[in-house]
Amino acid sequence: MTLSPDEWQVILLSLKVALVGVIATLPVAFALAYLLARGRFPGRVLLDALVHLPLVLPPVVTGWLLLIAFGRTGPLGQWLERWLGITLMFRWTGAALAAAVMALPLMVRAMRLSIEAVDPRLEGAARTLGAGRWRTFLTITLPLSLPGILAGLVLGFARSIGEFGATISFVSNIPGETRTLPIAIYTALQVPGGEDAVRRLAIISVLLSLAALIASETLVRRQAGRSHVL
Amino acid sequence: MSFEVDVRKRLGDADIALAFAGGAGLTALFGPSGSGKTSLLNMIAGLLRPDAGRIVVDGELLFGDGVDLPPEQRHCGYVFQDGRLFPHMHVRANLTYGRRGDSWIGFDDVVALLGLESLLDRWPATLSGGETQRVALGRALLSNPRFLLMDEPLASLDARRAGEIMTMIERVRDQLKLPILYVSHNRAEVDRLATRVVPIAR
Repeated sequence: MTLSPDEWQVILLSLKVALVGVIATLPVAFALAYLLARGRFPGRVLLDALVHLPLVLPPVVTGWLLLIAFGRTGPLGQWLERWLGITLMFRWTGAALAAAVMALPLMVRAMRLSIEAVDPRLEGAARTLGAGRWRTFLTITLPLSLPGILAGLVLGFARSIGEFGATISFVSNIPGETRTLPIAIYTALQVPGGEDAVRRLAIISVLLSLAALIASETLVRRQAGRSHVL
Repeated sequence: MSFEVDVRKRLGDADIALAFAGGAGLTALFGPSGSGKTSLLNMIAGLLRPDAGRIVVDGELLFGDGVDLPPEQRHCGYVFQDGRLFPHMHVRANLTYGRRGDSWIGFDDVVALLGLESLLDRWPATLSGGETQRVALGRALLSNPRFLLMDEPLASLDARRAGEIMTMIERVRDQLKLPILYVSHNRAEVDRLATRVVPIAR
């Protein structure tokens, strides 16, 4: 199986979009996971629902909402363009944002489970040994939930690779800029004689997704007492 | 050295209201399970906040009159019933976790006192119950405590192991002269270890 230069471009772009999206989301996802796992505040249920919304909303709707918020005339889009010189619409960075939003629920879920699996009594023991809140977090909570954090990253990455609906609504289908793996497959399906390209790209998709799922399951198994994220 | 404790706490359906004074040596808080002994230790350690009351150790106010020191500033060495070692750290790292620069007892002294030499490079999950409690005691000692809290440290051990740990506790009490608050529902333990006994009714 040999890939054409265009197909290589699609794969590399997809990897770039997914990696950047997931890594940029990591701090946000972890903060949300920690807040939902340990926080006691009014509006917690609402926050939980909002985080999970992209999981159940039609992806096209998520993409349209991103378009409204981050488009040229959208409030966030205008702000980003004026102050940071960043345009997201019709750019690969926009594809990364769409992928990140769609991956967020899965990432938060995996991380939250692993934070909840950390015994708070161990944190209490650390406190009596003279560790403040911050040191306790860095030396006890964080290392003990690390497998789940990594699993969340890998799952989010896999989800990002497969992102289609929100991406195509938000940043369209521009070769070399926003044409990621699923969008390229969809495009090839529209063209007579595109079956070979579809098959090749589909095989790549399956391999990437399988590898990510196996990696995340392996990571989670290393955390005692937990066996599944999904 | 003195303990003055007078606390109240409502936990679910149970009302805990306890007051006692203690001093040097080992003060045993003796009473049946469910009488709030562990909650009392948690309140002294700063892990559980009393609804009202005062906790004074060695003249220093730990809780009461608007003061509520966080656990890390109370300088208590807490030996939990289940050891509560950090599972992702070797025994050596567990022992040194709470070490502070100004400690009055050295690492080697504690290792020798409690016979921990052969355990230093093991993981907590591979330790027996008795070994776990010895490491937990060593970890508490190395955190430079002014007093020790012990919550049924022998509860999960067989008679022989329990005897070993009691010998260790006697060493801490007599050689290190560290005041100890010791919670138990076991008459024999209390009779052997206690300098004074505070009975706690349900």
